[in-house]
Amino acid sequence: MSVKVITVGEDILGANEEKAKANKSRLDSHGVLTINIMSSPGAGKTSLILSSIKSLKEKARMAVIEGDVASSVDADKINEMGIPVVQINTAGGCHLDANMVESALNGLPLKETDLLFIENVGNLICPNAFTLGEDKRVMISSMPEGDDKPYKYPAMFADSDVVLLNKIDLQPYLDFNVDSFMKSVTGLNPDVILFPVSCKNGEGMEAWLNWLESAVKGKKKK
Amino acid sequence: MHEFSITESMLSLALEKANEAKAGRITRINLVVGELSGIVSECVQFYFDAISKNTIAGGAELVFETKPTTVRCHKCNNVFTPGDHNWACPECHETGIDIISGRECYMESIEVE
Ligand SMILES: Nc1nc2c(ncn2[C@@H]2O[C@H](COP(=O)(O)OP(=O)(O)O)[C@@H](O)[C@H]2O)c(=O)[nH]1
Ligand SMILES: [Mg+2]
Ligand SMILES: [Zn+2]
Repeated sequence: MSVKVITVGEDILGANEEKAKANKSRLDSHGVLTINIMSSPGAGKTSLILSSIKSLKEKARMAVIEGDVASSVDADKINEMGIPVVQINTAGGCHLDANMVESALNGLPLKETDLLFIENVGNLICPNAFTLGEDKRVMISSMPEGDDKPYKYPAMFADSDVVLLNKIDLQPYLDFNVDSFMKSVTGLNPDVILFPVSCKNGEGMEAWLNWLESAVKGKKKK
Repeated sequence: MHEFSITESMLSLALEKANEAKAGRITRINLVVGELSGIVSECVQFYFDAISKNTIAGGAELVFETKPTTVRCHKCNNVFTPGDHNWACPECHETGIDIISGRECYMESIEVE
């Protein structure tokens, strides 16, 4: 039998992209601002979500999709605050994909939601390759991880809309060069919005919350 | 784990294209993978052998073309491959760059009989 070459020229994750687009239009139709939060394990995704919920509770109706695999502890904490939350079980997987998010959306009151946080799986390599249908990609890098992370995970930093430098309360104990970190991040991503914050003592949180609130308002107007 | 879902998507794309062409068997899959994609080709091959076994792609050879990371300097347009920790432009020493290759993860072609 003769061998035939079929030209494909397609992205391997094309099917995920399609699913993500469908999620996005579903969320758009309800005016839900969706934030995909990515970081290495322990950088502060859950802490950021919890403290943002506390501060914005009177201003926006929020919901959360929990993808971090550690346990359901995070989801329980959010639930206790009276916020709708769906925990995704990735069965040990290292990232969320658009398919998982699609089913999670079925468990949330989208009509009564202004702001949806998606806590991605703690990992700096692949969540980046899987879009979920989010409006904004927010990455958290925390001071104890070191100031050289941007060039170790360049695609992650280049593709984020917002980078939060968390745990700045620990700076006195660390050798972290803030200028060099900022310079590498903006070098990879000139349009990035950078917020140095501490989820622990609240430092810098106001700027992040203002950004978030105005993004929610911007989405509602559309 | 990353490789597993990539492999699943890759296999289903290849099978779809082969079916469209009414092919009996896939013998080779040509893939282009960038350095920044974080994909380990050995892992993909390992998963592929396991999940393609009972399909017309069973036994197909995976061929990976690896694309190096290249970036373009915002200031002087110089195109270069960055070092591990040094992404500054070797010409003008500025740090603003665009990533122009290295993120690839696509299927170029399949060979069928
Ligand atoms: N010192 C300090 N600790 C923090 C800060 N933010 C989070 N943590 C701690 O870091 C640990 C991991 O945080 P968590 O939010 O669970 O991270 P996640 O894995 O990214 O969700 C917890 O013990 C938090 O209390 C911060 O700004 N400063
Ligand atoms: Mg968490
Ligand atoms: Zn230059």
